[in-house]
Amino acid sequence: MTTVQFVPLEHVLAIAGLLFAIGLFGLMLRRNIIFMLMALEVMLNSAALAFIAAGAYWGHPDGQVMFLFILAIAAAEVSVGLGLVLQMRRQIGSLNMNVASRLRG
Amino acid sequence: MMLVLFYIAAAVAVTSALLALTLSNATHALIFLIVSLLGMAVIFFLLGAPFAAALEVVIYAGAIMVLFVFVVMMLNLDPEAQAQEQSLLSFKYWWGPGLLSGILLAELLVALNTTHHAVGGDAVLPKTVALSLFGPYMLGVELASMLLLSGLVGAYHLGRDFLVRKGDPSS
Repeated sequence: MTTVQFVPLEHVLAIAGLLFAIGLFGLMLRRNIIFMLMALEVMLNSAALAFIAAGAYWGHPDGQVMFLFILAIAAAEVSVGLGLVLQMRRQIGSLNMNVASRLRG
Repeated sequence: MMLVLFYIAAAVAVTSALLALTLSNATHALIFLIVSLLGMAVIFFLLGAPFAAALEVVIYAGAIMVLFVFVVMMLNLDPEAQAQEQSLLSFKYWWGPGLLSGILLAELLVALNTTHHAVGGDAVLPKTVALSLFGPYMLGVELASMLLLSGLVGAYHLGRDFLVRKGDPSS
């Protein structure tokens, strides 16, 4: 028997929501692009937690399938995002997003 | 029993995510983010998704976070960062992540000892996931592979100047 029968689904979803809120506030408060990417990772993880919890609650594999897709999206996003970080450091000389607010550097 | 383990793992994951997004030093924040992902993996394991837990450790906390650590290390190559490296081995820098991941390790040992019937019984096993992944979700798998390919091409294009040495005629 799985834990979800003991842990109420609402608590798992509350933790996922809390993590999403932490990631969202981190994204809005921090101006360093590396921290903003890390906040995105936290938010993607909270979505994955909600999928896994729902999949475990109904005993379906669909939650884990969605987790795999989230994993692929996170990998693609991070590789392109970190490439952009390197370019930003090279062309602007700073990792601060306020400096990079103009479209034409 | 598993209820307590779940809440401890959730507390560890939330605490370290909070620390990761509030610390000012990027390297320390990354270590806390990795601990948060490990806590999430323990939660997945307790929720009856052992395959997702393994992937979380191997791909998320392993591969994706190594990219972050690599870029952060690459961007701090100034001399004062070198001097800072000397002080990194002192106790105050690693006790936090060490304590939190020690909690997760203890929890995993307890879970493996006491609940291995419980987890194996009703858990969604990798075989079910694979049958679903390569059955009804086949189109999604193809789309994910296209996405990863475009991510690869994009990352190569953006990082090209760092991969090719200056003065190389092919650049």
